[in-house]
Amino acid sequence: MIVLRCPYCQEQRTEEELTYGGEAGVERPAPDTASDEQWTDYLFMRRNRKGLNQEQWCCSAGCGQWFKVTRHTVTHEVTEILRFDESFGSELAGPLGGT
Amino acid sequence: MQLYSIASLVWQSLRKNAGWQPAWREPLLKPSYDVVIIGGGGHGLATAYYLAKNHGVTNVAVIEKGWLGGGNTGRNTTVVRSDYLFTESAALYDLALRLYEGASRDLNFNIMLSQRGYMTLIHNHHQLESARHKVNWMACNGVEGEMIDRDEVRRMVPLLNMSESARNPVLGAFLQRRGGTIRHDAVAWGYARAASDLGVDIVQNCEVLGFEKTNNRITAIRTTNGRVACGTVGMAVAGHSSVIADMAGFRLPVTSHCLQAMVSEPIRAIHAHMVLSPATGVYINQTQKGELVMGSVLDLYNSYGQRGTFCTIEKTITSVVEMFPVFAQTRLMRHWAGIVDIVPDSSPILGPTPIDNLHVNCGWGTGGFKAIPAGGTLLAHSLAMGQPHPLARKFGLDRFRSNRLVDEGAASGIAH
Repeated sequence: MIVLRCPYCQEQRTEEELTYGGEAGVERPAPDTASDEQWTDYLFMRRNRKGLNQEQWCCSAGCGQWFKVTRHTVTHEVTEILRFDESFGSELAGPLGGT
Repeated sequence: MQLYSIASLVWQSLRKNAGWQPAWREPLLKPSYDVVIIGGGGHGLATAYYLAKNHGVTNVAVIEKGWLGGGNTGRNTTVVRSDYLFTESAALYDLALRLYEGASRDLNFNIMLSQRGYMTLIHNHHQLESARHKVNWMACNGVEGEMIDRDEVRRMVPLLNMSESARNPVLGAFLQRRGGTIRHDAVAWGYARAASDLGVDIVQNCEVLGFEKTNNRITAIRTTNGRVACGTVGMAVAGHSSVIADMAGFRLPVTSHCLQAMVSEPIRAIHAHMVLSPATGVYINQTQKGELVMGSVLDLYNSYGQRGTFCTIEKTITSVVEMFPVFAQTRLMRHWAGIVDIVPDSSPILGPTPIDNLHVNCGWGTGGFKAIPAGGTLLAHSLAMGQPHPLARKFGLDRFRSNRLVDEGAASGIAH
């Protein structure tokens, strides 16, 4: 059971009270200039990391705010919970780098 | 290979069962193979078998990081069916079911297929309309399926709560009589035994660590058991597809999620068919040993943790008891989870990848077990011929780029 404290309302929420919003940092390319490959990557391709993952959650049964979390996808250990305008402590390294 | 039959059973028992041989060889990994298949689950082992049987390619290794069938092949609810909607999906899943129907004879291994009927309940008029729509589509695709009314549901599933005041009233059901269950371990063991007999090397406890590449081709695989050179590589690793793709240097439109299931203690045979309620996403059948097998919805966040959560047990059990009040006093015996590879359109990804000699079989999501014979046939074709099988063409990785999704998730109402 994943339990997170919302950084906005400061309430503790269980996974059933939260909504998962996918990986953080998936940026929409400029529609007029993006290539088909960039657009496909944006829409569909995901890192789907085994290990530390930077992701988005919503306090949906509480204050309704979206926030950011760093969580380990095997152990579910949470190492960072941030407001949406805050930046992650570090960029997660991966074989594919920052693409 | 030692053939299994009633005569061999009698003969061996007369010899106090001292003459049985291991079902498959356990060779060491050789330095080089024509084809290396990553993943010794149902799909990987079936791929090896059909490579040898259909294409005569036998210099093949299957490498598995754990034990055979210890991933999703051993973690599903053993249900097989082929009630899909789109023509291309129907062709795929019905091929799998037809191959399963002949598998015990083909493999000389009893997979214990029990075609006892797969039922999706209908709780409201919207579901009634979409079930009728599906039955018509299935008829056009040449796959049998039918509607049954409330009285027939009551006759077939007498323990179901059919009361007018039930939380989810039952108006009728969709039924595929050829749907059934299979002893899931037997699928892995049967394919492993038959493939091994045809010369395939199956190496367990052998994890992939990385790839050596030249000119966009994989020339060798680094594993925990050493380096192995390869001509062509197939991957059938379900929930870990992104991990292997990452090592090879590309991305997949896959997210990994936890899917949980559980069984009760064994009780007498009282529940003959598979029953799914679309209202709760819960499905339940009784094994031949008497345990009630129950599965439910997907955990919606990314996960590689192969274990379940109490909130899902609670959700599943409340729904089961709502449907079958008589099961309320049954005790749970086991609860587990597997990691499934979810794709945006809920259809598999089959065939070539951005790496020239790497072919993929993934993306079956929550329905990989029922598709094993088809997944194996199609990946074997892709590896042997260098291009996808005609049935796999619509399921290529390129469909995401060309925007020709096969949105079976929306079409056939996949519960997750």
